[in-house]
Amino acid sequence: MINILWAIIFVLVAPIIGGLVCGIDRKVTAHMQGRVGPSVFQPFYDVGKLFEKENAVVNETQIFYVVCYIVFMIFTGALFYAGGDLLLVIFALTLAQIFLVLGAFAAYSPYSYVGAERELLQIMAYEPMVILTAVGMFVATRSFNVADIAATTTPVVLLIPGIFLGFLYTLTIKLRKSPFDISTSHHAHQEIVKGVTTEFSGPTLGLIEITHWYETVFLLGFIYLFFGWNPLLGVVAVVVLYLFEILIDNTNARVRWQLAVKSSWLIAVIAGVINLAALYFLMGGVS
Amino acid sequence: MQLAQLLIFLILFPLIAAFFLLIAKKEFERDWIVKLSALAIGIVSIYLLITTYDKGALLVSVIPAEPTGLVMFILEMLIAVFILYLGIKYKKWLVVGLILVQSVMMLYFELVYAHSVHIQSNLFIDEFSNILALIIGIIGSLICVYSLGYMKFFHEHHPEMPDRRPWFFGVMFLFLAAMFGLVFSNNIIWVYFFWEVTTLCSFLLIGYTKTEEATNNAFNALWMNLLGGVAFAGAIIYLGMFGNGVMGLDELMTTGKVIALIPAALIGFAGLTKAAQLPFSSWLVGAMVAPTPVSALLHSSTMVKAGVYIIVRLAPVFQATVTGYMIAMVGALTFLIASGIAISQSNAKRVLAYSTIANLGLIVACAGIGTYEAIWAAILLIVFHAISKSLLFLATGTVEHRIRSREIDDMNGLVVRMPKIAVMMVIGIAGMFLLPFGMLISKWAAIRAFIDAPYGFLFVIILAFGSAMTVFFWAKWMGKIIAVTSDSKNIEGEVDHSEWAALVSLAGLSFITTLVFPMLSTKLLEPFLMANYGHVAQLSQDNIIIMILMLFLLMVMPLSILLPHRKHRHLAPYMGGRTTTHDMRFSGSLGVQKKTVLSNYYLHDWFGETKLKTWGIWLCSAMICIMVVSAVLRGVVL
Repeated sequence: MINILWAIIFVLVAPIIGGLVCGIDRKVTAHMQGRVGPSVFQPFYDVGKLFEKENAVVNETQIFYVVCYIVFMIFTGALFYAGGDLLLVIFALTLAQIFLVLGAFAAYSPYSYVGAERELLQIMAYEPMVILTAVGMFVATRSFNVADIAATTTPVVLLIPGIFLGFLYTLTIKLRKSPFDISTSHHAHQEIVKGVTTEFSGPTLGLIEITHWYETVFLLGFIYLFFGWNPLLGVVAVVVLYLFEILIDNTNARVRWQLAVKSSWLIAVIAGVINLAALYFLMGGVS
Repeated sequence: MQLAQLLIFLILFPLIAAFFLLIAKKEFERDWIVKLSALAIGIVSIYLLITTYDKGALLVSVIPAEPTGLVMFILEMLIAVFILYLGIKYKKWLVVGLILVQSVMMLYFELVYAHSVHIQSNLFIDEFSNILALIIGIIGSLICVYSLGYMKFFHEHHPEMPDRRPWFFGVMFLFLAAMFGLVFSNNIIWVYFFWEVTTLCSFLLIGYTKTEEATNNAFNALWMNLLGGVAFAGAIIYLGMFGNGVMGLDELMTTGKVIALIPAALIGFAGLTKAAQLPFSSWLVGAMVAPTPVSALLHSSTMVKAGVYIIVRLAPVFQATVTGYMIAMVGALTFLIASGIAISQSNAKRVLAYSTIANLGLIVACAGIGTYEAIWAAILLIVFHAISKSLLFLATGTVEHRIRSREIDDMNGLVVRMPKIAVMMVIGIAGMFLLPFGMLISKWAAIRAFIDAPYGFLFVIILAFGSAMTVFFWAKWMGKIIAVTSDSKNIEGEVDHSEWAALVSLAGLSFITTLVFPMLSTKLLEPFLMANYGHVAQLSQDNIIIMILMLFLLMVMPLSILLPHRKHRHLAPYMGGRTTTHDMRFSGSLGVQKKTVLSNYYLHDWFGETKLKTWGIWLCSAMICIMVVSAVLRGVVL
């Protein structure tokens, strides 16, 4: 059931793809704003430069938490691509995310502290929808295993359109895109400086960047699952939806965290209840 | 015969220990009695597991119902007189009324029906009782050992309180005895007797300090639990009237829903009060006034676990009935609402209290649904919750004695100030909400169980939201503890060795149980499920391997600190460009020196206690009404 080969491929290839996706993201963003933008390889240059810098910290424990963050994020993604249990993947993702939050708390700095609290709010905002997504996929395919869901012949997205929309909504939070980049973002335009990542610099910050690449590839895989019955459509959907996220990012101003949490929950309740209820009754109470 | 002796030993031995603790006046005597008794109880409960291992449910018929039943009845009446006296003395008329009603009911039963009831086996043991016995015998005893250090410190620092430690330890051990009796009893009248003893013990322990607040909260706990007791007595009378002599738990399961549903619903109601489900949650929160080991005992291994024990025990009766679904809904809503309230609480013990109520809610939800998968999840929750929660309470108690505060915001930088206890606390918190620890495995099991149950999607949605809130309040507490505050000094000092022993054992247990969880599941839970439901639930081999892998990864990661690494340059946190001293003071407006203070988010507007609780009380009361009506309809109409 678990495919180690895919896990290894993920560990090796994901940072390359993730970095390129970020590079393309910046290029597309630049074009949307009427700029030329950097090379698509710019994220690699940036991270390379971060690793050449001195590793200055507020305290040593921060580094420990960031290392745990990247290790468990890789673990999450590897488990996902190896075809593991989707719920387990989601819980592992939470574990990884908590380590980043702990790293921010550990610095005991006002800005990273606010960032950490907000990051937790974000987790609280997206977690119900993500769990419901896994449940929806289970109801549609009768399996929690990523391998089975990806190989299904059921048009998953057509069975759980509500859940799909809800998932897309929370995806914006997960990708740290406007309007939900409330705990940190790539753009220095906020009252909380860099939020969660304020107190990280040099190689430590570089690790966080690489983790973000891993996470992006993992999330793209998650989108693919909705379209698993038709691989071509799946790939097209992943590309289109990521471009859509970039468009949202560039056309929206950041909202307050209250709105982020409330709206994600509202959508999770509505999408979850209606979609799951409909599935239950249509499929005859799921035996 | 040997089995009967073991069971009787576990019930009577703590009682004897309690007696000696009452009369032992010297401290070292008390120390030794507690330690040796705890050791004996722990060992015997493990030995019990070994002797009954792989034997399924065993009924014990050697103990005669009479005169044991008569002795119990007399004791019950004595307890009633005692409570009556206190109720009148403190003018708690609700308590007086309830105890009168209850006593009259039991007296009526004893006079009219008792002679027609003949029980073959008064005691029994099966895998589920065994698990509970281990929790009581190991975690309960550890808490008693911890109390030695805690109570010594407590009285040294509260000279104004009367030192009633002999009484305290006596009641603690009486509590253990009653709990053993409860989980080993097959005779429902016996269950009721031990049930009432636990009510009495919790009342006495909550009111231990005799302050006005403690007394009021103790009576609050008392009337709610007595209300449950009245329902329980009602179940016994109903069985006496219509039960055709059915009075054993085993008979109740097999007698069919027509007879069993009404008494089961009444006992289930009693379980809801004891498990502090909404609308009866306030007694458990009020119980926080007691010394911390009492809270640990009430929350992890005794009292509330008695409530969920009886509901899980009766789950086959509830399965696929409206009554069962309503119980499940009460549990699920309690889980959701209590998790929300926990976010708004800044007092560590109140956070723990609401988290207990929430988790009990989840257990009740599983039990009410009553499928084999749900019961599997429920029992796992009982086990893992007991370990992590007792660890957290005890760690909080130790911290509280040093920083003189229960506020989470005062636990800032605990990892610097009290590194060892901070680690214990972090293990406890991680055990409550993070993979790969037990509570998360159980929640995972609960999700899967809900999906497969009819109308389960409603429960899945509630669980998804509740667990997201859980992540929020645990993580922000953890963040407080691990924040490295530069100016703090280590104030840990010498931790009392008995406290330390209990903390380390419990922290070790949370790792060990996570590791041996697959064995726990196959050797104890699966036979129980097979015998009672005809199906087994389990995790797949792959997932177990992955979890163990994660656990090892988590244990290995801290070792990375030992690796050789370059010394990093240390910089002060970014303070918006202000000049800041090393202890995070900066000059505010008008040149006033200010200290940087960082506090958690509590989101009172959203998760305020009063608002959420009002909702919870109304919703859950409505559910309980439907539950009672549906049981009556089913019992009367069919």
